Amino acid sequence: MYQTTYHRASSVDEAAALFAKGSEAKFLAGGQTLLPVMKQRLASPSDVIDLGRIKELIGIEASGDTLSVKAATPHYEVATSDAVKKAIPALAYLASLIGDPAVRYRGTIGGSLANNDPAADYPAATLALGATIKTNKRSIAADDYFKGLFTTALEDGEIITAVSFPVPAKAGYAKFPHPASRFALTAVFVAQMKSGEIRAAATGASQSGVMRVPAIEAALKANWSPTAIDGVNISASNLLADIHGSAEYRANLIKVMAQRAVTAAG
Amino acid sequence: MSTVKLTVNGKAVAVDVEDRTLLVQLLRDHLNLTGTHVGCDTSQCGACVVHMDGKAVKSCTMLAGQADGANVTTIEGIAKGDELHPMQAAFRDNHGLQCGYCTPGMIMSAIDIVHRHGGQLDEPTVRQELEGNICRCTGYHNIVKAVLDAAGRMKVSQAAE
Repeated sequence: MYQTTYHRASSVDEAAALFAKGSEAKFLAGGQTLLPVMKQRLASPSDVIDLGRIKELIGIEASGDTLSVKAATPHYEVATSDAVKKAIPALAYLASLIGDPAVRYRGTIGGSLANNDPAADYPAATLALGATIKTNKRSIAADDYFKGLFTTALEDGEIITAVSFPVPAKAGYAKFPHPASRFALTAVFVAQMKSGEIRAAATGASQSGVMRVPAIEAALKANWSPTAIDGVNISASNLLADIHGSAEYRANLIKVMAQRAVTAAG
Repeated sequence: MSTVKLTVNGKAVAVDVEDRTLLVQLLRDHLNLTGTHVGCDTSQCGACVVHMDGKAVKSCTMLAGQADGANVTTIEGIAKGDELHPMQAAFRDNHGLQCGYCTPGMIMSAIDIVHRHGGQLDEPTVRQELEGNICRCTGYHNIVKAVLDAAGRMKVSQAAE
């Protein structure tokens, strides 16, 4: 790891001010991605600004039709939270599948969304539920937030403070994990919103990161059941192809994972 | 350079380190607690697992500064004098190690697993929960046996306290 200067911020405002002072600063949440990247010398921030102990960034609040997860809340807390299990059990289940237990104690939802790894779990739930990403400057709808591989609508120095999820009528998540990395080879989150809107998002599959799957949404709109997806045709163009699976394989996985997600949602 | 103050195995310490220092480097290179191992150095293998404020974390994937003010327990801190921790004893009795390289991390993760699941542990759960710890010798079989054995012993010793 190259030299850097470590700062522990005690408030969001202090973190933003520290960032502005650094020549090439980076925010550190749980560090489960940034630190490995720094160790490989693929990132060399002048300053690392730790958000992990900022009290106003930690916690889960359920109120009526909204579940709000603050940005520095670790995956373990989301996976085991009674409030999350009650409001959106599929979200608690998703958090329980990220990495391994030690990673889940440290990694955070805000870190995951700011990084936007094309095979990360949280982007699927965030997009499929039409969540709102709250930052220290504004609110961003999930549909406007994800901009491609490791790219988001966040501006330089902007800090995610919370993610606000509308509580759906039902939702399910199904993941085909890579057996070594536990990242999604392909995973699908499906949601039936209380408005009747049907949303589905796939992660791990597309060359441009998390994406909605309109064909699955249309099939489920007509008939909310796993069999409704049988006849859906998913195009393999623009899907990832690598040593782990071809684009056609991932196209089929989108269908299979969507069916399992619907089964899980009930 | 910064001074990192933390409690390690019950003892308050203050260590001057470069800001880029990892927690595992602070433990091994500055405090000479070499029981915590570095295996892969990429967050995969779990040989570096220690407890921070009671939770199992990968000390190769934390800056030392992030542990400032924290209470850290390493493999050196779990026995009571000459009496092994029940998890250590169970690894010995069940032959849960061969070369021993992964063992400190296995034991620290396994204690965390028992703390979280209490007496509800079964074999599939142990295997699933050990996904962040890699062993290249044993094939895991005796490790899993040791964790299940220790879960019973830890329940008994908690009840006795």
